[in-house]
Amino acid sequence: MQNIEQEIRQFVTDNFLFGQASIRLSNYDSFLDQGIIDSTGVLELVAFLEEKYQIKIEDNELTPQYLDSIHKLVKFLETKVQSSR
Amino acid sequence: MQVEEFLEQSTRRSPDKTALVCGNRRLTYLDIEELSNRLAHALIAQGVRPGDRVAVYLENTVESVVSIFATLKAGAVFLVVNPTTKTEKLAFILNDCRVVVLITDARRCPDVQFCGTQTPFLKSIFVAGDDAAGQVIGRRSCISLTNTLHRSDLQSQAPSKRCIDIDLAALIYTSGSTGRPKGVMLTHLNIVSAATSITTYLENVSDDIILSVLPLSFDYGLYQLLMAFKVGARLVLERSFTYPYAVVEQLIREKVTGFPVVPTISAVLLQLDLKNYEFPSLRYITNTAAALPTRHIRQIRKLFPHVKLYSMYGLTECKRVSYLPPDQIDIRPTSVGRGMPNEEVYIVDEEGRRVGPGIIGELVVRGSHVMKGYWELPQETGRVLRPGPLPGESVLYTGDFFTMDEEGYLYFVGRRDDIIKSGGQKVSPKEIEDILYSLDGVTEAAVVGVPDPILGQAIKAVVTVREGAGLTEQDVLRHCVKHLEDLMVPKFVEFRDSLPKTSSGKISKQELGMRVGAA
Repeated sequence: MQNIEQEIRQFVTDNFLFGQASIRLSNYDSFLDQGIIDSTGVLELVAFLEEKYQIKIEDNELTPQYLDSIHKLVKFLETKVQSSR
Repeated sequence: MQVEEFLEQSTRRSPDKTALVCGNRRLTYLDIEELSNRLAHALIAQGVRPGDRVAVYLENTVESVVSIFATLKAGAVFLVVNPTTKTEKLAFILNDCRVVVLITDARRCPDVQFCGTQTPFLKSIFVAGDDAAGQVIGRRSCISLTNTLHRSDLQSQAPSKRCIDIDLAALIYTSGSTGRPKGVMLTHLNIVSAATSITTYLENVSDDIILSVLPLSFDYGLYQLLMAFKVGARLVLERSFTYPYAVVEQLIREKVTGFPVVPTISAVLLQLDLKNYEFPSLRYITNTAAALPTRHIRQIRKLFPHVKLYSMYGLTECKRVSYLPPDQIDIRPTSVGRGMPNEEVYIVDEEGRRVGPGIIGELVVRGSHVMKGYWELPQETGRVLRPGPLPGESVLYTGDFFTMDEEGYLYFVGRRDDIIKSGGQKVSPKEIEDILYSLDGVTEAAVVGVPDPILGQAIKAVVTVREGAGLTEQDVLRHCVKHLEDLMVPKFVEFRDSLPKTSSGKISKQELGMRVGAA
C-alpha cells in the first residue's frame, strides 16, 4: 500500500501541483479545500487510476467521499483491488 | 427598489421556506434575514458608512451569502473576490477601491497577512470558521464572523435604509485589455433591472429550485443568488463542479428546476454516462459566457429532451444582453437571440450610425441595467459609455461585433480587443504576460487563446528565455499557479527562439494566433 500512496502522490504532484514537491500536501488534505483539482482534473485522475490499477470506477463512486484526498484514494483503491480479485 | 429587498420581501412572504441549501446546511428565508441583519448592525458598529466598500473573499458558502446581504443592508457596496485570487491582485483590488472591511475565512488568513501593513484603508477583518477566534493579521486582531452572527445583543431587525436605488450596490472586477482589473460599478437600479428582465424571460417562480456551481465572484453565479431570492425560490449553492457526479446526484435529490452552465460544464456533462439518470424536475438549463458549440446543443437536447435550453450573451458591464427563446434553438442554434425585456440593442458602424440586417458592426446596449462606469477610470469609462438619445443618458458600446438577421436575432462575430474567453470567463492576456515577465529568465512572452473542446479557448503562453536560464514548462506553470487565479493559469507553454513582430516592433498576436491556431 506504501507503493500505491507514493504513486498517487506522484500523479497528483506532477499533474495538479506542476511538480511542486515542496508544497505541503498531507495525506488527509482535501483536494477541494486546497483548490488543486477541477472537474477535468477529476476525470484525468479517474482515467489514471483505471488504467494503472486495472479497475473500473463506477459513476456513483466519482464523489469526494472516495476521491478527495490521498488517504481516501488509497483506502478506496484497497477495497477496489480486493473486490476485483 | 433596492437589492436587499429581494431577501426582505421574500422573508415577509414565506419566512419558513428553505431559501438556501449549501453543503449539509439548510436555511430558511428568516434565518438568512436575521443573520444578515445582525452582521449589518455589526458592520455599522465597525464604522461602515453608506457607500463604503466591503470585500467578501470566500468560497460559495452560507457566510458569503449573508455577507452580501448584510453589506447592502448597511448601505455599503459589496465586492466578491474570486477565492483563488493570489495576494498581489487581492492587495491591488482592496486598495484600488479602498475596501474598509474584509470578510474571509480562517483558511485564507495566511494569504491575507499583508493586510496588516499594505492596506491603509482597511479597518476591520471578519473571519469565518470555528478556529477564527484569536486569528491575528498583521497586528490586527480579527473579528469572529461566526460569533458575530449569533451575538444576541445585535438586533435581528433590519437597520433603517441608508441609501437609495441610484446608489452603488456592487463592484465587480473584470479583466481589461490593459491587464489592470477594472471595477464595474453597479447601482441597485442596475441590478434590480437586470434581475427583473432575466427572471421575466426565464419565467422564474417561487417554486423554482436553482442549482449553481458558479462562483459568486462571477456575475453569472452572483445573479443566481439574487434572482432566486427575488422570486422567493430556493438556491442550491455548490462550491464547484469539481465532482460532476456529485452535482448530478444533487440535481436529482434536490429536485432542481433550473441549472445554469457555461460551455465547459456542459462539455464535461456530455462526457459522463448519464443514461441511468433521469431529471424529471429539471425545467431549464441556461448557457452564457461563451457560445455552446452546435454539436453540444444537439447532444444536450437529446440528453434532456423535456428541458428548455436558453442560449444567452452578456457582459459584466450590463450583466445580460440577449437570450434565444428556447423554441428557436433548433432553428437558429448559432444565434445568441434577441434583446431581453426592457432593453434596446442595436448595431452601429464605425461612425456610430445604426446598420441594417446582415451588416457587421459593434453592438450597443441601452437600458437601466447599464453600469455607471469603471471605478475611478474615467478614460476607460468614456470609451465604452457614450451619450445616448436622451440628455444625460449613457449607452454601452460592448466592443463585440455582431450581425443581426431580418427578424432581429443576433450573431456573434468577434471582439475588438484580444481578451480570451476561457471556461466562459474573460481573461486578459496582458495580465498573464506581466506575470510571465516577472519570472527570471523569461525575455519575451505572449499569451493567446487556442481552440479547446472543453474550455472553448485554452490559454497558451509562448515565451522566449535567456540562454542558459534552464526554464522548463513546469517552472513556468508553477510560477503562474503562485501568482494567478486558477482560471488564468495557461494550459500550454511553448518555448520559441523568437516571437513574430509587427513593423513597429511589437509582438504580433495576429501572426502568433494564426500560427498557434494552425498548429
